[in-house]
Amino acid sequence: MAKYMIKRIVAAIFTVFIAATITFFLMKLVPGSPFTSEKTNEIAEAALNEKYGLDKPIYVQYQKYIGQLLKGDLGISYKLRKNVSVARIIEDSFPISAKLGGFAILFAMAFGIPLGCIAALRRNKWQDNVIRVMSTAGIAIPGFVIATTSMLIFALSLKWLPTYGLDEPASYILPVFTLGFYPMCYIARLLRSSMLEAMGQDYIRTAKAKGMSDFVVTFKHAMRNSLIPVITYLGPLVAYTLTGGFVVEKVFNIPGLGRYFIKAIDARDYNIIMGTTIFLAALIIIMNLVCDILYKVVDPRINLNE
Amino acid sequence: MILNNKKLFSTQIEVTADDFAPASNREKNELVTMGENTSFWKDAWRRLKQNKIAMVSLVIIILILLFAIVGPYLSPYSYSQQIRGDENLTPCFKHPFGTDNLGRDLLVRTMIGARISLLIGIGAALLVLVIGSIYGAISGLLGGTADAVMMRIVEVIYSLPDMLVIILLSIVLNDPLTAAFDSGKALGGLQVLGPGIIAMFIVYALLYWVGMARIVRGQVLQLKEMEYVNAARALGSNNARLIKKHLLPNCVGQLVVTTMLQIPSAIFTEAYLSFLGIGVNKPLASLGSLASDALNGISSYPYRLLFPAITISIIILAFNLFGDGLRDALDPKMK
Repeated sequence: MAKYMIKRIVAAIFTVFIAATITFFLMKLVPGSPFTSEKTNEIAEAALNEKYGLDKPIYVQYQKYIGQLLKGDLGISYKLRKNVSVARIIEDSFPISAKLGGFAILFAMAFGIPLGCIAALRRNKWQDNVIRVMSTAGIAIPGFVIATTSMLIFALSLKWLPTYGLDEPASYILPVFTLGFYPMCYIARLLRSSMLEAMGQDYIRTAKAKGMSDFVVTFKHAMRNSLIPVITYLGPLVAYTLTGGFVVEKVFNIPGLGRYFIKAIDARDYNIIMGTTIFLAALIIIMNLVCDILYKVVDPRINLNE
Repeated sequence: MILNNKKLFSTQIEVTADDFAPASNREKNELVTMGENTSFWKDAWRRLKQNKIAMVSLVIIILILLFAIVGPYLSPYSYSQQIRGDENLTPCFKHPFGTDNLGRDLLVRTMIGARISLLIGIGAALLVLVIGSIYGAISGLLGGTADAVMMRIVEVIYSLPDMLVIILLSIVLNDPLTAAFDSGKALGGLQVLGPGIIAMFIVYALLYWVGMARIVRGQVLQLKEMEYVNAARALGSNNARLIKKHLLPNCVGQLVVTTMLQIPSAIFTEAYLSFLGIGVNKPLASLGSLASDALNGISSYPYRLLFPAITISIIILAFNLFGDGLRDALDPKMK
């Protein structure tokens, strides 16, 4: 177990390093420095380049960047919020995105698991058909369609919910729903098929033969085993809520990290783009690692030495 | 052959000379109990035809292809044409989907958007197919250290967050690609699509093939133990020929299914990027960028959002369901 964990952690650190390296060199591919587009003359530009160390050879810059990265320093914003450190911007805006994403994950779990369960238990009945149609459609509809359509219906036409911001508790409903809808459908589908597989196993028949109630058979025997695929989905789910959050934050005008990221793309503020990318990439890779380890802990049948 | 009727209880059989005559053709045919030869594709098609959902999806896909490819030629307007005096129209007889604030017909723009989406979906899927299958086949066939190294690379790529890399790359490539377009005609027709889409193709070529590579490798690992591979080797085929003539044709089912399911995922990604504003170049429209444009006037002109949104949802749904059906038809074991 320890050997496996160490191996996985080393691999994850290596991947984060690769992601940081790719990001760095991609950013360096961009012709000109971040100051070229501003209305500065050549001397001022050279001075700015010198100030930020952009005149040095690329390997020196790379070394410096990785060194700073290890200390948690992601550089400073050049344009969007001048001279504010990127780490600071992330610190300010990420909690909002994290809260939104966290609620969305909770929502997806809280509704996806029961829906998948109902569909599996009522196989081929109308409940199953309704849930199956809904979840198939749900994973085919892009996030922005759900976000904009639900805003159109509930915020603009019916005026039940606010259209933008996160000022009051009610304004969380639409963003969380739109962000959590796709994973909810996905979880429902995943759980339905794994539950159906579990229900066909011999130990379920044994449990029934021993006179266990349907409730115990479903929740104690079948459910525990069928939740394993859902745990593996947690890693991609985190990645989805973080990148999918960009769209939701754009539509509902939420001042989270995604909103900043989009603004930084428009403003070509490379340090913010780079810092945010590395931060999110590291987060996603770590979450995948945690999920993988959790998966092996939960399911003792999986051979760790493989 | 005549049974001897006179001696009822005798088991003796009288054999005449006729019994030794050669069988006629008709007689021979009657003895053949084998049905018509069914090829792999015929068999799959038979199974696919029984799947109602897949057939409906196939019809929808064909309709969408017609809508996207033939549609724009039937429209009296072009996608970039700004019709004076027809600005901000709601859906009417002249413009069934309405017009935008510049007086552009939204029906033809939706058609063009669907065309771009399909082009990207199919193009990206083909890229993934070519790179992934060759990489996977080489890795599986060589085995040993080469396989271990190649699969380690796949693992690293697999764990990179793809969306972030796409966004990053499309931003980074924007300027150099624009410069390349301006200077020469090396890239030909791709120019119209804009750097965002080219970047997406590049990312697909760089990152998305790993799933395909894994599937093909797994398949090749099984196939290479088969006798016919040994036979082919004995007859002197090298690795390249083995992959081209023997291994890849034998995983065709999985190749088709994985490619098919790649199409909706690429369309999804493109819509996402265009919605964030890093997709196609203006005045060209994709379904994502149409929806993104519609966001500005969403309270006054909800239909502008509705049509592209419905179109893209239908496209992705149809491809997903058809891909699922195809998977069941081509390989009933694989689920």
